[in-house]
Amino acid sequence: MKKIDYLLAGVGGQGTILASRVLASAGLALGYDVKTAEVHGMAQRGGSVESHVRWGDKVYSPLVEHGMADYLIGFEMLEAARWLTYLNKDSVTLINRFRIPPPLVNLGKGRYPSEKEIETLLQSGGAKVRWLNATDIADKAGNQAMAGVVLLGALSNLVGGGQEIWLRVIKELVPARFVEMNQKAFLAGSDAGRG
Amino acid sequence: MTGNEALAYGAYLSGVRVGSAYPGTPSTQIMEKFATFPGVRAEWAPNEKVAMDVGIGTAFAGTRALVSTKHVGLNVAADSLFYAVYTGLNAGLLIACADDPGMHSSQNEQDNRNYAKFAKVPMLEPSDSEEAKQFAAIALEMSEAFDTPVIVRFVTRTSHSSSVVDVDPAAAPPPAKEPKPYKREIEKFVMVPGYARRRHPVVEERIRKLKEYAESTPLNRIEPGSDALGIVASGAVYQYAREVFPEATFLRLGMVYPLPERLIREFAGKVKKVLVIEELDPFFEEHFRLLGIPVTGKEVFPIVGEFSPSLIRQAATKAGLLPAKDTGASPATALEIPIRPPILCPGCGHRAMFTVLKEANVAVMGDIGCYTLGAAAPLEALHFCGCMGASIGVDHGLAKGSVPDRHVAVIGDSTFFHSGLHPLINTLYNQGKTTTIIADNSTTGMTGHQQHPGTGYTLQKQPTVKVDLEQTVRGFGFGKVDVCDPHEMDRFRKILEDHLKFDGASVIIARRPCALQSKERKTPPRVDPDLCTNCGTCLDIGCSPLIQDEDCVSINEAMCTGCGVCVQICPAEAIVQEIQ
Repeated sequence: MKKIDYLLAGVGGQGTILASRVLASAGLALGYDVKTAEVHGMAQRGGSVESHVRWGDKVYSPLVEHGMADYLIGFEMLEAARWLTYLNKDSVTLINRFRIPPPLVNLGKGRYPSEKEIETLLQSGGAKVRWLNATDIADKAGNQAMAGVVLLGALSNLVGGGQEIWLRVIKELVPARFVEMNQKAFLAGSDAGRG
Repeated sequence: MTGNEALAYGAYLSGVRVGSAYPGTPSTQIMEKFATFPGVRAEWAPNEKVAMDVGIGTAFAGTRALVSTKHVGLNVAADSLFYAVYTGLNAGLLIACADDPGMHSSQNEQDNRNYAKFAKVPMLEPSDSEEAKQFAAIALEMSEAFDTPVIVRFVTRTSHSSSVVDVDPAAAPPPAKEPKPYKREIEKFVMVPGYARRRHPVVEERIRKLKEYAESTPLNRIEPGSDALGIVASGAVYQYAREVFPEATFLRLGMVYPLPERLIREFAGKVKKVLVIEELDPFFEEHFRLLGIPVTGKEVFPIVGEFSPSLIRQAATKAGLLPAKDTGASPATALEIPIRPPILCPGCGHRAMFTVLKEANVAVMGDIGCYTLGAAAPLEALHFCGCMGASIGVDHGLAKGSVPDRHVAVIGDSTFFHSGLHPLINTLYNQGKTTTIIADNSTTGMTGHQQHPGTGYTLQKQPTVKVDLEQTVRGFGFGKVDVCDPHEMDRFRKILEDHLKFDGASVIIARRPCALQSKERKTPPRVDPDLCTNCGTCLDIGCSPLIQDEDCVSINEAMCTGCGVCVQICPAEAIVQEIQ
């Protein structure tokens, strides 16, 4: 049975929910059954957030199982590292090279791991790791907040579906005045992902 | 569609015309979605009890109604739910109620299936969004056929999960019926003891009939599989279990109360072993045991926390119900990943308020809302939070106990309208000394900026009367009331000390619009590296743009709103901001 499981990890306010909706709609457009799971409320106030998106012939659970994620999309470096146990030897991690130190780190009560440590950690079970300066690319395309769309651009190279499908989905889900900017960010992400 | 959206859509298509709710994660988007349909009236009530009474009144009048709430909101509305079960209604009343196993955004993880049994009200539980849509229609039919409210139960993972929903573009609600003339039925609708005694047998007879309904409804079904293992599950957990046990026979319960005795016995007779997989309480398990059917349940699966396919697989493997197999999962490692709990947003007025309260060394009785985050490190400036509206009553009790001085209650504006009015009156009436601080960000923040009676707008965005906080509390008889922007920290400090010295109950309205809603942005301040001693005072307010570097603190300009609170507290005067 064919399936693709995604886990999107970030910090509340980074736009994981919009990205998971784009990813879900793209899956539907590509003919998959799709389920997603996300959390709202308290988790959105700058805390860790994760969205699950599952594409398949028939999807029961909206939640991805440990060791079953095909793609981990990290909107922030530390948050990518947090979801290690969802990976397996064939997983691909796509990480935004971007740090938001959590309060404990700012207070000197915790240590933010180095880029190398995070990469080694995520590779420990055999998964591949790809880095992307998504926040910088989004900034150049008009707004840092589009980093998630940049990551989706890079992801689209890996999971297929023509660019026109993804661009159409973005048009459907993003408020009209931001569509052009988001499509630009998506294409920039796709280009950067190939590079 | 999410489960929340699908339920609202199903309710709309079934002819529900009036909805009432108070926002609460994970249920909020049910009423927000319902409000978008043409020809409906959707309202934010001040609290869930009011919402329930409004829904009951609408159904009493012969029009279908929707009430939505989070699990703990049903505690607030319980008094009304219980009488409505006795009276019955003249049209369908659909109550959508969302539990929060794992407490993503709640103070407890009560299992509201218990309410079904307690209130003697039927309860359905969808397992995905398509079912949420369908169950709305079924619940309304059931409500009218059996003359009772019906609860549709969600959990976070059915409310906030999206799945495919059949949408017929031509589908529309049935045309509005000619309203029935208002009819007096005093013996049915006036629950004085004499009449209520006659209604109780009706309730018992209704539950007996609903048990019969539960035997034959397609909501409950046996899904054939191997006879080695039979699994009982409902809701989101059914979906997880389907995935973990693809071979098993299932008893899938779409109606979780009352339960079908004959169907359960038939199922148990088909399989060698019955496994009950249910989040939170052993609700089904106890029922099976009462019927004398041996089951495996809570000795394998936890009674606390949220389930997932991974958790079910691990627990079942540990108990020998599944063969151990290597999933190929990356092993957990020793690298420590610092936790990242939610925090107050940059520019949030609550941060300045808590900074002043912490300096003043007062006991702070808190409440439910964004400001509950004031309890988190590094602020740690909120010392109590129980449930909606508890702060003021608890503070009054604290003072009558053994903490007579230097204590305050902190409650948000939306929470104040929800359940702060009565305890505030109590502080005045019972000669209290509570200083109540209404942390007024002029919205319902934590659930995503919903309107409330103090915002001047309705859920459907119509301008309306703006209930004025200051006038309201002065109207109660409070003589000592001050309004202040907490970002003016010196002024707020003076007002606070003045109120703490006052011999009586008083109110401070700490007003600062929510930083996420307010468009106000000032130039971010800069840290002068020559002056900064890296003492960490500014970091103690827990504002995420402030980052401690090796030699001095720096400010992330993209995140900073320029609120200037750090400028006011830096002892070295090293943080400077251009005045615009």
